[in-house]
Amino acid sequence: MKLTLRVWRQKNADAEGAMSTYEVDGISPDMSFLEMLDTLNEELILEGEEPVAFDHDCREGICGACSLVINGDAHGPERTTTCQLHMRSFEDGDTIDVEPWRAAAFPVVKDLVVDRSAFDRIIQAGGYITAPTGAAPEAHATPVPKPDADFAFEHAECIGCGACVAACPNGAAMLFTSAKVNHLNVLPQGAPERETRVLDMVAQMDDEGFGGCTLAGECATACPKGIPLVSITSMNKEWLRATRKAAKR
Amino acid sequence: MTTYADYTTGEPVADTKAPAGPVNERWDTRRFEAKLVNPANRRKQTVIVVGTGLAGGSAGATLAEQGYRVVQFCYQDSPRRAHSIAAQGGINAAKNYRNDGDSIHRLFYDTVKGGDFRSRESNVHRLAQISVEIIDQCVAQGVPFAREYGGLLDTRSFGGVQVSRTFYARGQTGQQLLLGAYQALSRQIAAGGIEMHPRTEMLDLIVVDGRARGIVARDLITGKIGTYFADAVVLASGGYGNVFYLSTNAMNSNATAVWRAHRRGAYFANPCFTQIHPTCIPRTGDHQSKLTLMSESLRNDGRIWVPKAKGDDRPPNKIPEDERDYYLERIYPSFGNLVPRDIASRAAKNVCDEGRGVGPGGQGVYLDFADAIKRMGREAVEAKYGNLFDMYQRITDEDPYKVPMRIYPAVHYTMGGLWVDYDLQTTIPGLFAIGEANFSDHGANRLGASALMQGLADGYFVLPATINDYLARNPHKDEVDDAHPVVQEVLAETEDRLNLLLSVDGDRTPDSFHRELGELMWEFCGMARTDSGLRKALERIPQIREEFWRRIKVPGTGEEFNQSLEKANRIVDYLELAELMCLDALHRAESCGGHFREESQTPDGEAARKDDEFGYAAAWEFTGTGEAPTLHKEDLVFEYVHPTQRSYA
Amino acid sequence: MARTVWDSTVGKKTVMAVSGLVMLLYLVVHMIGNLKIFFGTGEFNGYAHWLRTVGEPFMHYEWTLWLVRVVLVVAVVAHAVSAYQLSRRDIKARPSKYVHKKKRASYATRTMRWGGIILGLFIVWHILDLTTGTVHSGGFETGKPYQNVVDTFSTWYGNVIYIVAVLAVGMHVRHGFWSAAQTLGAGSRTRDRALKTVANVLALLLTVGFVAVPVGVMTGVVS
Repeated sequence: MKLTLRVWRQKNADAEGAMSTYEVDGISPDMSFLEMLDTLNEELILEGEEPVAFDHDCREGICGACSLVINGDAHGPERTTTCQLHMRSFEDGDTIDVEPWRAAAFPVVKDLVVDRSAFDRIIQAGGYITAPTGAAPEAHATPVPKPDADFAFEHAECIGCGACVAACPNGAAMLFTSAKVNHLNVLPQGAPERETRVLDMVAQMDDEGFGGCTLAGECATACPKGIPLVSITSMNKEWLRATRKAAKR
Repeated sequence: MTTYADYTTGEPVADTKAPAGPVNERWDTRRFEAKLVNPANRRKQTVIVVGTGLAGGSAGATLAEQGYRVVQFCYQDSPRRAHSIAAQGGINAAKNYRNDGDSIHRLFYDTVKGGDFRSRESNVHRLAQISVEIIDQCVAQGVPFAREYGGLLDTRSFGGVQVSRTFYARGQTGQQLLLGAYQALSRQIAAGGIEMHPRTEMLDLIVVDGRARGIVARDLITGKIGTYFADAVVLASGGYGNVFYLSTNAMNSNATAVWRAHRRGAYFANPCFTQIHPTCIPRTGDHQSKLTLMSESLRNDGRIWVPKAKGDDRPPNKIPEDERDYYLERIYPSFGNLVPRDIASRAAKNVCDEGRGVGPGGQGVYLDFADAIKRMGREAVEAKYGNLFDMYQRITDEDPYKVPMRIYPAVHYTMGGLWVDYDLQTTIPGLFAIGEANFSDHGANRLGASALMQGLADGYFVLPATINDYLARNPHKDEVDDAHPVVQEVLAETEDRLNLLLSVDGDRTPDSFHRELGELMWEFCGMARTDSGLRKALERIPQIREEFWRRIKVPGTGEEFNQSLEKANRIVDYLELAELMCLDALHRAESCGGHFREESQTPDGEAARKDDEFGYAAAWEFTGTGEAPTLHKEDLVFEYVHPTQRSYA
Repeated sequence: MARTVWDSTVGKKTVMAVSGLVMLLYLVVHMIGNLKIFFGTGEFNGYAHWLRTVGEPFMHYEWTLWLVRVVLVVAVVAHAVSAYQLSRRDIKARPSKYVHKKKRASYATRTMRWGGIILGLFIVWHILDLTTGTVHSGGFETGKPYQNVVDTFSTWYGNVIYIVAVLAVGMHVRHGFWSAAQTLGAGSRTRDRALKTVANVLALLLTVGFVAVPVGVMTGVVS
């Protein structure tokens, strides 16, 4: 396959960026999208140019490092991560636009690499259960109904890639935040911190400069792990419940 | 001319920390004998932790909970992305919830035997004891393990053991356990107990007066090289499977932290013990950048075969039954497709070497579900393996319900690593290694679902207990800072190395060298190794190294985000580590676990161990780049599990 | 609590949801009242008078109506101010656009914003036209709403403005009702279809009900 790539190039956080055009040839349909970029980078290095910087690590769709907007879609046309997207999803001769995640809370570091540390700070605000090592009771002391365990798991699947923010017209982090809130709040182990968790995490999310939710649903469409839009509804419910409880105290 | 293969044998090395006495009391005894640090004084002690995977994440969180000042590093943009996240299968624990005869002693026994009698009994027993606490800890953190309708935890049997002791969270157990550790870590970061440095890579170790006192690390965004000082340094930087270029490791997993520690005096043990996993998706071409593993549970129902005739390139469905060779069922009639990982991997290599491999390049064998679909129905197969089939289809664009899967072995885990004593301390006082970074508890072969167990045991329970002893006995009165001559020297060496990489301006990319080294290692230090092959590799590696320093091309500068520079610098270390791996494989003229020497096999072609000659862990001491290292043997004593030859025929 | 709610994006959305539902309830009542125009001058004007006497003798003349007006003004202001502040925030949170443009589902978001602005302007015109009579086209007479309505819809621009606004109401309600349910935590996987159906039905009823009046005047059914 022969392709034309238009890639966002930006030297560093302070520099101006622009799209640059590259031609790549000899692309196999079996290549992953990142392997296609590897091929481009090998050529660029030998030509004495700087290769395109992009985040990637496990290349099996679980670490959440890869983060490209491909032809306007976070992680490209298939519902998976960029590393699991293969070139057979494109046609010979296509022109492909590759851009970084765009959001005020995710500033560009270089080329296609962005800073997603805001997500870490949202987790730090309350996305945990306080259980110091050694203090744990016997695992079977608290049974968890299977539906609750499954609900928790489905939300715990979030890989923190940020596609939801990239796809959201408002740059909102509601789907990410709700995934963690729902995972922990449904479990009996998470109950003691149920209210503070949701209030603190939402407050941190706002402080990081993410936008608000208009329920456009783009986040859930882009999510490679299929976290549903209704997860935001569940978090809203938790937030209202916590606000009412806090007011009573 | 002295070659690398002319190593010398030095004084034996011994674990002086494991107490004597019955194996099941040793951990209690050690914990009692270990000195404690007064809680008020912990705040004054700094511990550096490199890596945020299961081992590093759990250690950092726990040390901070205890009141130590933790300074932690990871090369990823977030501690949540460490490669532990990719583990699929599960985590073993001797809970005996099934009442199926499991016990701490049985887990201990299985692990020692599975490790082919090349691990240390004291350590393995401790691991089995702690396994029970890990599950409690993780459940308390909210890890969503699979549950049954009664609300209790579900378990499954895994990796050929006869008890059901593997706890799991669908096919994403590693992810869920890692997020549990990451969340505990996050809590401590927010509380101020941990100073976290993401996107910062350790490039060297600072050893002052014989003790580990800090590290040199590079901020990957600004390129700034900084020094960080501490009272103890913990390496939790994972394994070195990426020496092979193609492996199931993450692209950026690397050996720099452990190799630099080795160069500064930490012994490296059993580097040749690598695990090759039989059920990976084969490569599709030269562009392949990494390999993807599929859970070996697939072998429970899939049948493995290749065509009987060489070069038979008919599509699989066109090959009649009597022209297929179900070679595992033929060679190992009683275990069939369920033989251990190393045996299944080697058998696949053998049939492919005979020219009977399938798929592009003939590097693959069929894993066929046609019989299973006929027997159980498509729906049952889908319920059991649906997610794996989907993953396979996404990567290969082939429908495994209709066409047999193609699989091929791939490098997956490294049992070798920095030599540590019972306290997980390396031969450099104050330097600890945990998780896959140490040579640990798996001997020559790791059992399925044991890597997660070991990482968390080390991080949550072992290290936080044993590091106290070191810190209590070695209160540092003298401060170290950048002005110290040793620090100056380490800094200068690091800067020189990076500057040299940038200045060569040759005509080959970092990846081209990595790929070349990987192919060489796969060929000569992969699934089956020979004396002559290893000698060939040992001759070739210094040549590649020499060419590397002549022809490498790294664009850009060191004062910016520069992924080529990161890559090239990691390859520098692979090029040295690879040599040690080959030497270790050459010197160990026996077959055991993941290490198969063609010269040492039983008449029916199975691995033959030589316990009298090689019943030791090989700890290597660095003497200089390209110089023959010194071998220190740690004799392994088996008081409880007596060595026997494995048999699966 | 008020502080937490107002300072949070989730809280402000709650304010929007609650005020929106208040206005929606009002619209339904308003729409039903409007339909009385089809039963003749007497019934319509009588209904208008009744609105001012509701609650008597407990309430004085027009007290109830003013109470409703106050609630409505609070709702409109709260809705508009939260919407404005949230929109400002949303635009700031996504400062650089993608070079590769796509048709997106942000369609809903954009129609909500534009629809909201259209409705805001319409309310001002609507009050000046039919409540105060300031910009009324014919000779506005207090207490004779039937004639006033007929006058308004006898001009082409009166019809255009009104019908555009009614369509905006329909679209706004269609996304807004479902959205409010999500914001208030009332949505769920199983309830989603039902909520969307209710939203669609409400939107359709309101549109048809409101549009019926100008259409009635234009076709001469009402004159």
